[in-house]
Amino acid sequence: MSNKMHLKVFRGDNSGGELRDYQVEVDEGMVVLDVVHRLQATQAPDLSCRWNCKAGKCGSCSAEVNGKPRLMCMMRMDLFKPDEIITIQPLQAFPIVRDLVTDVSWNFEVNKKIPPFKPKPKNPDGTWRMMQYEVDRVQEFRKCLECYLCQNVCHVLRNHGKHDVFFGPRFMVRLAGLEMHPLDDADRVKLMREAAGIGYCNITKCCTEVCPEDIRITDNAIIPLKERVADRYYDPLAMLFRAIRGKNR
Amino acid sequence: MTNYATHDTDVLVIGAGGAGLRAAIESAAQGMKTAVVMKTLLGKAHTVMAEGGAAAALATVDPRDSWKTHFRDTMKGGKMMNDVRMAEIHAKEAPDRILELEEWGAVFDRTPDGRILQRNFGGHTYPRLAHVGDRTGLEMIRTLQDKLVHMPAEIFMETTVTHLFKTGGRVTGALAYSRDKGEFHLFRAKAIVICTGGLGKAYTITSNSWEYTGDGHSLAWEIGADLMDMEFLQFHPTGMVWPLSVRGTLVTEGVRGDGGVLKNNKGERFLFNYIPEAFKNDVAASEEEAVQWVREVVAGKQATVRRPPELLTRDVVARAILNEVREGRGSPHGGVFLDIATQRKAEDIKRKLPSMYHQFVKLANVDITKEAMEVGPTAHYIMGGVKVHPETAMSTIPGLFAAGEASAGLNGANRLGGNSLSDLLVFGRRAGLGAAQYVRKNNPAADVNRADVEAAIAHNLSFFERKDAECPYALQREIQDMMGDLVGIMRTEDELTRALNALDKFEARAKKVSVSGGRVYNPGWHVAMDLRHIVQISRSIALAARERKESRGGHARSDFPNYDPKLAKVNLLIKKAEGRMQVVQQPRTEMPPELKTLVEEA
Amino acid sequence: MAFTTPAMRHRLGETTRRDGWWINPAAMALTFLVFVVYAAWAAIQSKYYTYGPPGAEHYTYISPFYSPPFQEYFPKVAAFKFFPAFWVVWLPIAFRLTCYYGRKAYYRSIMLSPSACSVGKGAGRGYNGESALPWILNNLHRYFLYLIVVLVIFHWFHFFQAFNFDGRFGMGVGSLVIAADTILLSLYVASCHSVRHLIGGSVDCFSCARAGEARLKAWEGVSWLNQYHNLFFWASLITVGFADLYIRLCAMSIWTDVRFF
Ligand SMILES: Cc1cc2nc3c(=O)[nH]c(=O)nc-3n(C[C@H](O)[C@H](O)[C@H](O)COP(=O)(O)OP(=O)(O)OC[C@H]3O[C@@H](n4cnc5c(N)ncnc54)[C@H](O)[C@@H]3O)c2cc1C
Ligand code: SF4
Ligand code: SF4
Ligand code: FES
Ligand code: FES
Repeated sequence: MSNKMHLKVFRGDNSGGELRDYQVEVDEGMVVLDVVHRLQATQAPDLSCRWNCKAGKCGSCSAEVNGKPRLMCMMRMDLFKPDEIITIQPLQAFPIVRDLVTDVSWNFEVNKKIPPFKPKPKNPDGTWRMMQYEVDRVQEFRKCLECYLCQNVCHVLRNHGKHDVFFGPRFMVRLAGLEMHPLDDADRVKLMREAAGIGYCNITKCCTEVCPEDIRITDNAIIPLKERVADRYYDPLAMLFRAIRGKNR
Repeated sequence: MTNYATHDTDVLVIGAGGAGLRAAIESAAQGMKTAVVMKTLLGKAHTVMAEGGAAAALATVDPRDSWKTHFRDTMKGGKMMNDVRMAEIHAKEAPDRILELEEWGAVFDRTPDGRILQRNFGGHTYPRLAHVGDRTGLEMIRTLQDKLVHMPAEIFMETTVTHLFKTGGRVTGALAYSRDKGEFHLFRAKAIVICTGGLGKAYTITSNSWEYTGDGHSLAWEIGADLMDMEFLQFHPTGMVWPLSVRGTLVTEGVRGDGGVLKNNKGERFLFNYIPEAFKNDVAASEEEAVQWVREVVAGKQATVRRPPELLTRDVVARAILNEVREGRGSPHGGVFLDIATQRKAEDIKRKLPSMYHQFVKLANVDITKEAMEVGPTAHYIMGGVKVHPETAMSTIPGLFAAGEASAGLNGANRLGGNSLSDLLVFGRRAGLGAAQYVRKNNPAADVNRADVEAAIAHNLSFFERKDAECPYALQREIQDMMGDLVGIMRTEDELTRALNALDKFEARAKKVSVSGGRVYNPGWHVAMDLRHIVQISRSIALAARERKESRGGHARSDFPNYDPKLAKVNLLIKKAEGRMQVVQQPRTEMPPELKTLVEEA
Repeated sequence: MAFTTPAMRHRLGETTRRDGWWINPAAMALTFLVFVVYAAWAAIQSKYYTYGPPGAEHYTYISPFYSPPFQEYFPKVAAFKFFPAFWVVWLPIAFRLTCYYGRKAYYRSIMLSPSACSVGKGAGRGYNGESALPWILNNLHRYFLYLIVVLVIFHWFHFFQAFNFDGRFGMGVGSLVIAADTILLSLYVASCHSVRHLIGGSVDCFSCARAGEARLKAWEGVSWLNQYHNLFFWASLITVGFADLYIRLCAMSIWTDVRFF
């Protein structure tokens, strides 16, 4: 059961390139990444692409297939009609290294700016206790594969190039995972408003739409963080309340 | 002459899986100037794929557990081939290393009283695997990665080491190329820690990704370090078999730990027919007993009966599956059935095994809450590796250290599931510490001979010079297929000899492949450079396998199907002598009496 | 480390997507347009907003646009008599404009920022989102929430009134229309992100917080509702408009309310 399919694959680098046409033999059960590998092994040995686990676990093989940000290893070819033309492009929010590979190093720089986990003191019996119902929320955020599909689709980065002032949804997820950790003792609210630029997000949810781990980025991470920022900076009642309580202490 | 950048560092860590990250954290914490290089991006190493959990006798679920039982399980699982001291250190230190991760922000699944939850796994007497659903490795690597980025260590992503250098008997440096720019980097280092993981890519059907071409094993051997136990290769019993393009992708043992059963095409739980004598007392004798065990465990009680045979060690289960398939009782695509749908409620399956659920729905159109999976053995883990000192993790070459899957000793002839993740933490830390102490004590000079560097670069670039010679992808595939055919789960003298002859020819061909295109992110070129390692480590496996004329753990010979008590007393070393690979028998040291009683108590 | 991304070169609407990505924003924009035009007209009218059975002393149904009826409660205040709806309607408008979901809907459909995911915007670096005026004002959402709770209470008052036909318990189609509107509005408010935050979302450690267990349960409940917040947004928007229309048509005698009993 195999048939030839028509692909258009981006070949080039940051200075420019083209969508090149290829005809590839596709077998039953293949995913987009298999097709790219077949291209490498048969027609285009120097076609660059990143991958690792081939099971949707490492978040390496991010690309845009027919304009949709996807993990190539989890996208089956039988989603397409046999005569459909399939366009494969690299991520569009980062400089292109070559072909399907982009320079995502900016993300690693951002991660360094987030203050790490700071544990509360241990219980008298020398343990930390956290209940499953408390960590469920944090565990959702910790599923993140760092595939950067959300960073790629976020218009603040993608279309407006605000990399200097906005951390992007991936790191809102990271911040949420730290801020909501039951044992964390650090305070990142100021960072969220200022350096992380949470205000740049206009909660239009493209990040949520593309997350392969189904993390509800906007609803569960960004909006709750915006509310925490509102508590601190945009809520005179809460500010007054804090001021009074602070004095009494 | 091609240019290269030079970096000076105290400790160079090669690899950023669990072992590499933990080693780098320790080395940096010791005040060493530390650099970490890796073939992929940070956080994408193999460790990220580990699913089931990390074994440590925390005794949060079953208070009967202790380091002693963990030690005994590890030795028994390793068929007594383990380095005894390493197994002891591992069992004792693993709980602290796991708790330390929690201190760094890891969020494991919880017990009802708020401590770390532990799950059952093959070969472990008690529930012992600290886990996060079925993405434990992700949790671990993210925690370590986020810890490391806040430490003074330099991180080089997508930078692959191709050669190690030795001056005056010590290791002094490494040459690497960066994928994204195609540039060369020379690292002059006082100590080097190899944490390069496994070598599954020597096989076609494997759970490993493209990175795992045994680079660390091969590089260490090239500069004269001894390898050990290379015949012991773990085939994981449950890899996907269908569709073809995902053949080999892992199905976590957690499925069986959470109650999944293996059946042949007649619907029989065939493993009851394969229980080895040594495990007769540990395993349920009837389906009723096995069912009761699952029921008790699911209810969160301490098990009062013996565990199902599905939780036998991996070598046993893998061979049983192979035999069922060979005798015509396999599934349509040449595996057997792994069924959890009939054992657990759909919502439990989705909660405890979300990524398995996902993986099967997406890749195979199978809903594992309703249907059985088709599974078969897949090359998974190499027990063998660089021979290291159990306390310091130093190899037989001064200044060269190794930890994680790339090192040998802890696992003996067969690794227990979950022991790897804890191994990475325990010995990763020790390697980082060992390297730091070595540097502090000896303060060795790290001067690399310029001519060596130039020769190494010339070798790497030679693939561009030839035009229209053999394609590296095709050759790689040929080697992989050969290894699967001749050095697979069941081995024979004749096949191993043929494999060794084939490898000689492959070696010559690997030197002559050609690549097109430029140096920037050129995958064809990368494959070409990896071929040398694949050939070398394949040879080490085949050589050791031919030497061990018995069947034990991850090494099975159909011409010698039984244990040989004489061979129980030796480990096999792979040495380099006059540029050639040699296999040597190394007598094992006696086990200290107090540990011996621990093992024999069982 | 500013760099130009490949997508910054994309023109407005440029994409390699092949699906009907524009349908959704277009439908939303159309709905908004219809609602705004109708609501403006209905609010300016200042009559035909109550309905009671012929000859009854007191009305049974009152349009949600005119609830609470200040002009009725404070007959002496002349200001309430001019455009009585204006004293009411600003609040739900402000609430919906600052609603997290509402924001998404109009940013996408009206401001095309972005119209759909991975579709070109043709815009440069001049974007401040909600980090600067005017959109930073959206952070005031919780104030409108406090006020809208009062409004919801009135809605429930009028809900009960809709079954009160001059002192007798009864039910007409209009009663059901008002009931649907009241319930959906309540669900819309209850599923609000700010409610979710205030009720428990701000707590990190439920096992150590005061009333932690109760807050956890409440937070879980609101979180569940919150998944459907977008549905409640549209459903209550449509029912509020429809309730006004229904009552207006009855009041204008264009339509006769059907009484069940
Ligand atoms: C699918 C799967 C599931 C598993 N599940 C479990 C489990 O549940 N429990 C368990 O205990 N174990 C499990 N294992 C095994 C375990 O994950 C691995 O053995 C372990 O992660 C190896 O870690 P490591 O640190 O030694 O190396 P790896 O994590 O493999 O990392 C190796 C690193 O070395 C780098 N590297 C390699 N070669 C070079 C080079 N030439 N130059 C520079 N860098 C190089 C790589 O880029 C990578 O960063 C599983 C393995 C797989 C494949
Ligand atoms: S919701 Fe915010 S972070 Fe997510 S894509 Fe939209 S603007 Fe970016
Ligand atoms: S949050 Fe989701 S989309 Fe974003 S990087 Fe993580 S896994 Fe990818
Ligand atoms: S290759 Fe790992 S996610 Fe696709
Ligand atoms: S978020 Fe929509 S009403 Fe508050």
